[in-house]
Order: sequence, then structure tokens, then C-alpha cells
Amino acid sequence: MSQLSPPHLTVTGESVSVSTLSAPARVDTTTDLPTGRRRRLPDLRRWISPLAIVALWQIACETGLLPPDKLSSPWTVLRTGVELAGTGELGDAFVVSTTRVGIGFAVGAVIGLGLGVVSGLSRWGEFLVDPPVQMLRTLPFLGLIPLFILWFGIGEEPKIALVALGVAFPLYLNVHSGIRGVDSHLIEATTALGYTRTERLVHVVLPSALPNTLVGLRQSLGVAWLSLIVGEQVNASSGLGYLINNAREFLRTDVIVVGLVVYAALGLATDAIVRLVERRALRWRV
Amino acid sequence: MAGVTVRGLTKRFGERAVLRGVDLEIAPGEFVALLGRSGSGKSTLLKVLAGLDTDVEGAATVDGGVSVAFQQPRLLPWRRVWRNVVLGLHPPVGRDVAVRALEEVRLADHADAWPRTLSGGEAQRVSLARALVREPDLLLLDEPFGALDALTRLAMHRLVEGLWQRHRPAVLLVTHDVDEALLLADRVLVLDDGRIAAEYPLDHPRPRRAADHIDIRAAVLADLGVTDRATA
Ligand SMILES: Nc1ncnc2c1ncn2[C@@H]1O[C@H](COP(=O)(O)OP(=O)(O)OP(=O)(O)O)[C@@H](O)[C@H]1O
Ligand SMILES: [Mg+2]
Repeated sequence: MSQLSPPHLTVTGESVSVSTLSAPARVDTTTDLPTGRRRRLPDLRRWISPLAIVALWQIACETGLLPPDKLSSPWTVLRTGVELAGTGELGDAFVVSTTRVGIGFAVGAVIGLGLGVVSGLSRWGEFLVDPPVQMLRTLPFLGLIPLFILWFGIGEEPKIALVALGVAFPLYLNVHSGIRGVDSHLIEATTALGYTRTERLVHVVLPSALPNTLVGLRQSLGVAWLSLIVGEQVNASSGLGYLINNAREFLRTDVIVVGLVVYAALGLATDAIVRLVERRALRWRV
Repeated sequence: MAGVTVRGLTKRFGERAVLRGVDLEIAPGEFVALLGRSGSGKSTLLKVLAGLDTDVEGAATVDGGVSVAFQQPRLLPWRRVWRNVVLGLHPPVGRDVAVRALEEVRLADHADAWPRTLSGGEAQRVSLARALVREPDLLLLDEPFGALDALTRLAMHRLVEGLWQRHRPAVLLVTHDVDEALLLADRVLVLDDGRIAAEYPLDHPRPRRAADHIDIRAAVLADLGVTDRATA
């Protein structure tokens, strides 16, 4: 607003002061911003208890209350982390694990998006695709590991397949409901204005399914890391899960915690990426 | 050749017939205003003419291209204002065309805004620009000036009238404002009880003033159930 006229209404009394602009200005809604964004300046008071817990943990280790074969001290964990990073062990495990998630996610995303679009866009697609997907969805997919081992052996394939399976369902469901939820008034309007089928698809249907799709993306990335962790627990000769399992045999709790921290950091990082994409792709939500 | 021919058009929602045997003809280039109480079926009739509702009895034929400004603006929230104006045009046109159309509705400086940031009246004007830029043979306008202040409304009247005089589309304008209808239209129709209940040709030369057709004004208001006393 470039030219503010002087407030023509000022109520001052009982410490209430209302000043009204004369122009019918846009209302700034701060309440329904998507996914709690733009909240910089974290309150430092929120750091008190986490830091206290870490301090207590350190003290408990030093006084022998927590023996290192149950849980290593934060300081030891930090040193081990730096050490593992230095020898390249951690880096190698990191690359192996992210590759598994990357491939599994790509495969699952293509399947989930593809099926979601087909069953969202066409009646027959829904008749044919939706029932089996809904049936499979009720299976606890982590319980499929024994079958996957029988089918794919114990190499990379069962882990990738598990990630792909976990990724496909949330994406499918969200894409499907996003497409089905398109505002029929917009379809009507654009039909009357002469949009072709393709134009309606590109400018109306798919953009309107985007918010849901991004929700599905975040969910499926969460599931992807979870599937990886479970998959790597079962059998692995490389990767973060291997690092952790191997450490267990030697009671190296410090290495276990390092592995867990890396898992957590990876999960947070991918979530942050999706949030970034969301912020850019959904700018129109204003 | 007629712009629009409607014969015995009946539209039911379940048991209830909203339109019952509407007969209507609009000549090419004719400007027709449609009045009627809220819920009388004006938007329903427009929807049939726009080809959006084929589940009807009777016949409705429209020659040539149609374009609509709906009662609600119905803009795509994920496309910027200027893209909303020109999307769906064949062949595709550039931003300059959109900006020129937006200039006409006095919104050129909002060309790059997101639709959700517009006020109700602004969104309505974008929707009007979107309908006008298509240069159709039949222009369907469903209360396009409803959310506008008096001054902007007059400007939009001039805009629509000017555009109509230049390109000569047939126009069907739905409005609740009798004066607006008398100012702009060649013919005023009153929709009541599912039929065209009354019809008044207007022959006063343009540009018209508010005092023209004062006798017809009273008659139309009577058709709408407004008594003299209430309007005085
Ligand atoms: N899809 C629908 N299903 C059921 N009833 C409907 C539907 N669409 C419209 N109606 C009914 O048809 C009647 C006419 O609606 P319409 O929108 O055409 O009215 P209108 O003349 O445009 O009114 P207004 O001036 O308030 O816009 C209304 O009573 C409405 O409830
Ligand atoms: Mg209506």
C-alpha cells in the first residue's frame, strides 16, 4: 500500500486502540498459512530442556550410572562420529543407504503417481486399479520381508522393493484423492471457455491435485526411511544398517547412536527439501 | 440464422422443474437482459446455453462460439491473473493481450497477482475480461457487476456496451438491476415460474440515460413483484 490516508477512526479507551485504513485493504491471514511456515527466530527457552537432558546423559555416563555397553556418552558418540567420518566408513555406509532409498523411492513414486493418475482420471482406471490397491494397502507391508527374501534373495533387491512398496501407497492415495477432489465449478468454467481436454488436465486438474500430492510425498518419504531401516536390519553387508548391526556384536553403542543420528538427519533433510518444494510450488495459496 | 434458439426447454432437479418450457430467441448481435427473482432459474438457463448442462428436455441451439462470465468468478487460483485471462484461447496469445484486456477492466497493475489476493469486485472484473477477450458470438454474463461499486459499475457498463458495439456478439446479461437492463439491452426478459413471463423491446437510441424507458421500468418492476410504493 503506497498511500495510506490518515486513520479516520481511532478508538482509544480502556487501552484498546483501533486504527482503520480507509482503503478496503487486503486482509492478512496469518492463521491459515500452509504447513506452519516462516516461523524464524526460535525461542531460546525451548533449548533449555534438551540441553539439560544431554548434560544429564553425559553426567550419568561419567559417573558410571550408564555403562558404555548400554549407552555411550554424548561426547564419545561425537568423537566416534568424527572418527567414522574420517576413515570413510560412515561416508560409504551413507552412500549405500541413500542409494537404496533413492532407487526404491524413484520406483515407488513412478508406480504410485502413475496408478494414482490413471485411477483418478478415468472411471475404468478406478474400477480396475483401485480395488487391488486398496486390498494390498491393508497388508502390513513390512511383514512381506520373508516373501521378499524368498523372491529376491538377500541382495539389494528386497530392500529396494520394500522401500518402493512403502512409497507407492501414500502417493497413490493422495494423488487419487487430489485429482478426484478437483472443483467441478472450475471444470465447468474452463469447459465453457473453450479449454481443450489437455488444457483442462494441465491447468485445472493436475494443479488442483498438487497440494495433496505433496502431502503424499512427505508421507511417502517418511515411510521410505522407515522401510530402509527395517530392511537393513534384516540382512545387510553394507550401509548404515550394517554399520549398526555390526556394532551391536561388539557392544559399540557409540557407533549405534551415530548410525541412528545419521538416519534421523537424513529423514529431516528430505522432509526439509519437500517443504522447500511445497513453498515454491504452492505460492499461489498466498 | 439465429444466435440462440430455445424451444420448450424444461429442466428438472429431481421432482422439481426449475425451467418449464422456456422459449427464447436471440438474434446475432442482439443485446438481451434477463431479469427474474432469486432462484427463478436464470443461472440454470445460462448453463444450458453454455453447453454445460445437457440433461434437459426441449431444444437449445447456439450458433458460434460461446463465452461466459459466471456469477462466481471461478478463476484458477494457481495461475496468475493474466494467465487466467488468456488461457484456453486458440491460438494461444501472449501476455500483452491479457494486459490490454485487463486495462479495460482497470486491473492492468494486477496482471501478475495471484487470484486469491483479489477483492471480490476485482476477481469479478478479471472474470469479465476473461470472457470478453475471447470475442465470442454469444456472450453470457451472469450478474457480472454484482460486487462492484457504483462508479466502477458505470465504467463496466460502458466497457461492455463499447465492446458489444465493436464486435457485435449476441449478449445475454443476467442482472438484478432493472436500470442496468434498461440502459444496456435491446430487449428485457423476465423469467418467472420457469417461463419467460414478460418481454419488453427497448428502442431508445444510445447512449441512454436513466430517465429513458421510465414506463417500462414500472412494468418490469411490477413483473418482479415490486409495487410502486416500495420503489418510490
Ligand atoms: N445442481 C442443482 N441441484 C438442485 N437444485 C438446483 C441445482 N442448481 C440449481 N438448483 C435450483 O434451481 C433453482 C434455480 O437456480 P438458479 O441458480 O438458476 O437461480 P437464479 O435465478 O440464478 O438465482 P440468483 O438470482 O439467486 O442467482 C434454485 O431454486 C436452485 O436451488
Ligand atoms: Mg444465478
